[in-house]
Amino acid sequence: MAIMNVNPTRMQLSKLKKQLTTAVRGHKMLKDKRDELMRRFLDLVKETRELRDKVEKELSACNAHFVNASAVMSAEALDASLMSPKQQVSLEVSSRNVMSVDIPEFSAVTRTSDSGDIFPYGFAFTSFELDDAVMSLNELLPDMIHLAQIEKSCEMMSAEIEKTRRRVNSLEHVMIPRYQETIKYISMKLEENDRSSRTRLMKVKDMLLDKAHNYSQRPAE
Amino acid sequence: MAKNIAVIGDSESIKGFCAIGLDIFPCTDSDKAQHLLRRLADSDNYAVIYLTEELFELVEKERKRYEEKLTPAIIPIPGVKGNSGIGTKRLSSFVEQAVGSDIIFND
Repeated sequence: MAIMNVNPTRMQLSKLKKQLTTAVRGHKMLKDKRDELMRRFLDLVKETRELRDKVEKELSACNAHFVNASAVMSAEALDASLMSPKQQVSLEVSSRNVMSVDIPEFSAVTRTSDSGDIFPYGFAFTSFELDDAVMSLNELLPDMIHLAQIEKSCEMMSAEIEKTRRRVNSLEHVMIPRYQETIKYISMKLEENDRSSRTRLMKVKDMLLDKAHNYSQRPAE
Repeated sequence: MAKNIAVIGDSESIKGFCAIGLDIFPCTDSDKAQHLLRRLADSDNYAVIYLTEELFELVEKERKRYEEKLTPAIIPIPGVKGNSGIGTKRLSSFVEQAVGSDIIFND
C-alpha cells in the first residue's frame, strides 16, 4: 500500500493519528449502519415479493373480469360507464427516516367518506362482470398503494446500502491501511533521526573530550 | 400534501382504474410515454405512477431520473397481456445492488 505524500514530522504524525481514530470510528459506525440496513432491507424485500405476487395475481383476475365485461358490453357502453368516476383517491405523503434513508409513507384519502361507494354507473345497463371487476379492483387498491410504498422503499434502501458498502470497503481496505502505513513510516523516520542525532552527539562528545584531555597523545598504559 | 395516483398504459389495461378514482393516461407509444412520464413526474402532483409492464421497459432512461427522489414511486403492473415477471426481476435487481449477488430470488 502506498504511503501518503507527507513530511515526516511530529505535527503530521499527531494529525494522522487523529485522522486514523476518526476513520476507525467512522468505519465501525458505517459497518453497523450497513448491517442494520441490510437486515431491514431483506425483510422488506421478502414482504414486497409476497405482496407483489398477490397483487399481480389479483390484477390479472381483475383484467380477466374486464375482458369478460367487454365481451358482453359494447366498447362505448363500457367506456361510458367507467370514464366518469364517482370516487377520487389521493394520497397523503409523509416520509420516515430509516437509518438515514428517507422512505415514503402513503396513506390513501378518498373523496367520499364511504370507500365502498365506487360504482360510477347505474346497474341497469351494465353487466355483472363489470361490477365484479370494479369491486375487486377497489379491494386491491390498498394493497397496490402499500406495494408502491414498500417497493419504492426497497429501491431507495438498496441504493443507500450500495453507497454505504462502498464507503465501508474503501475505509477498510484503502483509507485505514494507508493511514497506518504512513504513521508507521513517519514514526520510523523520526526514530531514525533520533538515533542519528544521538550518535552524532556521542561522537561530538568524544571529540570534545579528546581535545580537552588529549587522550590520543598520551602513551598507552 | 395530497397527491394523486396516475396509471399509464394501453387503454384496455387501465380503464378499470378510472372507475375507482385514479387518473389514467392511455398511451402505447414509447416516445409519448417518455414525455408523459416526465410531465407527470415533474408536475409533482403524483405520488405513485403505475406503468404497465410493456411501457415500463420502454422508459428506463426516464425512470432513472426519479430513482433517488421520494416521489413519484414508479411501479410496474401487469397489463391485459399478462405478467412478464418484470416486477420480480426488478426486486431481484435491488437485492443484487444491495447485497452484491442475488440471494433471495435465485431458488
